[in-house]
Amino acid sequence: MPPAIKEGVLQDDLLKLGLDALHRDWGGRMVPFAGYDMPVQYTEGVLKEHLATRSGAGLFDVSHMGQVILRPKTSMTELCLGFEALVPADVLDLKPLRQRYGLFTDAMGGILDDLMFGNRGDHLFVVVNAACKAQDIAHMKAHLSAVAEVLPVTDRALLALQGPGSEAILQALAPGAAAMRFMDVGYLDWQGVELWVSRSGYTGEDGYEISLPQARAEAFARALVAAGAQPVGLGARDSLRLEAGLCLYGHDIDRTTSPIAANLSWAIPKARRRGGEREGGFPGAEAILHEMAQGPDRLRVGLRPEGRAPMREGTELYHGSDLIGRITSGGFGPSVGAPVAMGYVPVGLSTPGTRIEAELRGKRLPVTVAPLPFHPTTYKR
Amino acid sequence: MKFTAEHEWLRAEGDDVVVVGITAHAATQLGDVVFVELPEVETMVAAGDEAVVIESVKAASDILAPVDGEIIAVNTKLVDNPGLVNEDPLQAWFFKIRVDDLVVLDEFMDEDEYADLIG
Repeated sequence: MPPAIKEGVLQDDLLKLGLDALHRDWGGRMVPFAGYDMPVQYTEGVLKEHLATRSGAGLFDVSHMGQVILRPKTSMTELCLGFEALVPADVLDLKPLRQRYGLFTDAMGGILDDLMFGNRGDHLFVVVNAACKAQDIAHMKAHLSAVAEVLPVTDRALLALQGPGSEAILQALAPGAAAMRFMDVGYLDWQGVELWVSRSGYTGEDGYEISLPQARAEAFARALVAAGAQPVGLGARDSLRLEAGLCLYGHDIDRTTSPIAANLSWAIPKARRRGGEREGGFPGAEAILHEMAQGPDRLRVGLRPEGRAPMREGTELYHGSDLIGRITSGGFGPSVGAPVAMGYVPVGLSTPGTRIEAELRGKRLPVTVAPLPFHPTTYKR
Repeated sequence: MKFTAEHEWLRAEGDDVVVVGITAHAATQLGDVVFVELPEVETMVAAGDEAVVIESVKAASDILAPVDGEIIAVNTKLVDNPGLVNEDPLQAWFFKIRVDDLVVLDEFMDEDEYADLIG
């Protein structure tokens, strides 16, 4: 009956996380994701793991993601300008020990990947999605060779500690954590180990992402859990980011979605927009800036199904008899206590409160366009 | 109690009624159940018909009617509180089917055979 039972498809070529044994020790149910064998949940289950993150602290192993150092060949200014040629962001004015969200765009104005990039004084540190990392690294090597050495970091784990309890837990282990603000990056010490820390994450909660040498990652993860963090799998990571209204690459955004339609215009700062100091100059700039000026045809919005039935990716959206779009992410929102979704609709139907319909198992059911995020964010700004 | 290869449990009630739920193994594999859609009472079903839609945090799945008959009762408590399926799968029945003869249960697995199936 349940498709879940067929989940254990044998895939010999799956990559193992450095903490694979620890996940199994913690009762993790492993599933294939982005080429890795990853815990989708632990013994507590998705609902409890989700709620534990919102009320306390959740520990996520995100070591599958790509960590890359960009070391300048000539100067940081040259490197930042070179990176701006790939990402419609303000890299030049990013202050040391600060990080931003950005997008790799393509020549057509689509999105190749979304990423975080931080200025660490004498280099940039970039974190990209697992499924895109090989392509992203090749992309950076192809375009940044004059200004940077592109150095993938393969010997460090990446852990996310998320939720209101994160600050106290990390501060007790690594003093200095509490002094950081949202999107700060820095180096903290834990028992002589250099932690690369950013105060950020992808759950809508305050929290940290922590990179550390693989050899010490298990001891550190165990220390976080001993201090009260709950191990959380991919299932709750997905419901947390969905409630926070954050995009999942390959689902809510991809090469067929522009940053403008994806409602990510905020990630393109004034300096890179029309009339800005460094207008355009990134792949697809003409199309993207034109769309920004004209307004997009369609827009990513929040959607609240009116019943109890979750509506998942691919569900068709209708206005009257017209097929107007599809759900790109959807499921049950444990903190909302109801189903939540995101999808693309024509701009004329994108105002919160607009009622449309979705087709679920052959029936048309009411859905209301809703503001994002579904659950308020608690970043420590 | 009998078991199907689709991880349902079947319990005879009275002379001609089969009560249907899902096993603890199925509930664990599904994960937290967040939505249940039950059939209409008095519907005639054939074995293999889709009877219930069940959604967990991970995916949607169906519970099929295990035998031919008439749906005579549904457990509406599960609609209001889908989590009961995970809390106590053997108590969380979904529907009851009136059959011609309880002999139809003979073809299904007993507890030992089901235990072997799920290893």
